Amino acid sequence: MTVRLMLTCLCDAFYGEVGVAAVKVLERSGCTVVFDRDQTCCGQPAFNAGDWDEARPVAQRTARLFGLDSDEGDPVVVPSASCAAMLRHGYAMLGVNIPARAYELCEFVVDVLKIPNWGGTVPPRRVGFHRSCHARMMGLRDQQEALLRSVSGVEVVEFASQDQCCGFGGAFSVTHGKVSEGIGLEKLRQLERAGVEQVVSGDVGCLMQMQGLASRNGVDLTFAHVAQVLAEAEGA
Amino acid sequence: MSGRFDKFVRGLDEDAVRSVRASTLRVFNARSSTLGEVFEDVDDARRAAASVKAYVLDNLKALLLQFEENCARNGVTVHWAEDAASANATILGICARVAPGGATVVKAKSMATEEIHLNKHLTEAGHTPIETDLGEFVVQIDGDTPSHIVAPIIHKDRRQIARSFEREGLGPYTEEPEELTMQARAHLREKFKSAEVGVSGVNFAVASTGRIVIVENEGNNRLCTTAPRVHIALMGIEKLLPDESDLALFLRLLAGSATGQRLTVYTHFITGPRRAEGDGPEEVHLVLLDNGRSRVLNGPYRDILRCIRCGACLNACPVYRRSTGHAYRHVYPGPVGAVLAPALEGVKKLGALAKASSLCGECKEVCPVDIPIPDMLLRLRSEDERNRENKWKWFAFGAQNPMFWRAGVRLMRMPRAWREFRNPPKRQNDFRRWWRGRP
Repeated sequence: MTVRLMLTCLCDAFYGEVGVAAVKVLERSGCTVVFDRDQTCCGQPAFNAGDWDEARPVAQRTARLFGLDSDEGDPVVVPSASCAAMLRHGYAMLGVNIPARAYELCEFVVDVLKIPNWGGTVPPRRVGFHRSCHARMMGLRDQQEALLRSVSGVEVVEFASQDQCCGFGGAFSVTHGKVSEGIGLEKLRQLERAGVEQVVSGDVGCLMQMQGLASRNGVDLTFAHVAQVLAEAEGA
Repeated sequence: MSGRFDKFVRGLDEDAVRSVRASTLRVFNARSSTLGEVFEDVDDARRAAASVKAYVLDNLKALLLQFEENCARNGVTVHWAEDAASANATILGICARVAPGGATVVKAKSMATEEIHLNKHLTEAGHTPIETDLGEFVVQIDGDTPSHIVAPIIHKDRRQIARSFEREGLGPYTEEPEELTMQARAHLREKFKSAEVGVSGVNFAVASTGRIVIVENEGNNRLCTTAPRVHIALMGIEKLLPDESDLALFLRLLAGSATGQRLTVYTHFITGPRRAEGDGPEEVHLVLLDNGRSRVLNGPYRDILRCIRCGACLNACPVYRRSTGHAYRHVYPGPVGAVLAPALEGVKKLGALAKASSLCGECKEVCPVDIPIPDMLLRLRSEDERNRENKWKWFAFGAQNPMFWRAGVRLMRMPRAWREFRNPPKRQNDFRRWWRGRP
């Protein structure tokens, strides 16, 4: 199956390795990945900030670029529930209606490719899985977590207030920095308390927030996108 | 960059934050376990309640007229108040007639009276309002404002309350909650006995019978609505339910969502003034408050009028937990307030509240009437002219010009305000270069 990869602006700017991992995951799943170098951003930053007049043409352009202006076409896969939620839900609010062909990476692997178990082995670690709020809101069940759990060496540990937001919220983390910091540090405390070694999430935004806070506050945790753990798994 | 909201949080005492966090989390957890026991499927119950409320809003005018007719038949005097000023004038008029020299007014907890700032108006007119809900009583003697719509003193601990009671001469200093409660009880008993007027809010008003329903846990509400000669109830026009049978769902959803109880300790069904041989007030007045609701009803935030003021969204909100209700500087704080306040009073005045959210969606998930609060916050942001900043013009330009984008994205830095609290991400390998270099 041919899929169109949406890299996301944060991976484009900072987290290239997540994009590399997403390609490896898709290719290992038997897909042919197409990457259009003219892609930019889904438009969510401006949309969330409230400037819909500027967000709308970006959304329209993105829809066109990924063939989402037509009923037929290849699925669009994005290693971010946040961007996927924007495509599905935010675009409709902007009046940009697209067909139901945009997927979050793990959702696509589990639900479309019907690969419920990833398998393979990574060096052993205690993982705290952070389900992003957009993953919850767009109705992802446990696709990301299920794939993660199926990798041997990954021990997913429970921690308190597991579903609570990390405090990122895009522009919110800039305009309400102190609140955002407080929410994020609560999260880090719970992860530390549970003896987590590596925090894994399907959203780079959350990872950037938690990692940035951890390194500022001397919290000893490592961070990885779920695609990176799946790509790392030997023998999957 | 950071606005008033974040500045307020920067100045917060860490103890207050800890206390708010602990209390909200406790109720948040009690809510989910109780509702899980009460309903086979909580989401089904929430959706059912949402559709009842949607029906009410769709038929509000007809239901209000039906309700008014039934109230009149029950002997309740109905007053329509277009705005806060008119509601205050009505209530002051009744008080002046009942006690021309100034009335002692015992008050039950009511957000609607907070909304119209009734206490201030009563006091200025020479009346003496006395809050009888324990939390609201503490708020009143401290000259404070409520910081939560259900738990008004969630930001205070019992030592602060103990000091306030000692200062007011309510009894010897004690930090024991039971003793503090007994001190307030003894003090308030005397007020109940002497009050000419009792003022309450309304939780539900049943259109088909004209009954009003009030829930509470302390018993003060019962005294406010029965001991004085006159009972005045103030309700927003959206508080209607079509029929008594709807209460089975709503009473349990409200108690479970608000406090994690199966039902509140008291549920009052008030039909009218005393009958020939019974007791209770001689007069019951009902003030129906619009105060912007009709305008909201016909706009994009209509669904916020489904709200039954349970406060579950406050308890669930990570932003509310870190900032306490006072950060919102409005009678209605938290996620519901961030929509309701600007919807009622204008985006120009209060639109900034919509930005005080990480859009995590917890508020919608716990809402007993399934209000899509995150979508409304987004829409409010889009209506606020101040959010149309130059940087989004540049962003949109870049996002539509791939050559510009590719150059810009590698130079992008996290803004300084972001770096105030966090170390910026280390730039990893360039995906685009990796992709180009693949065999």
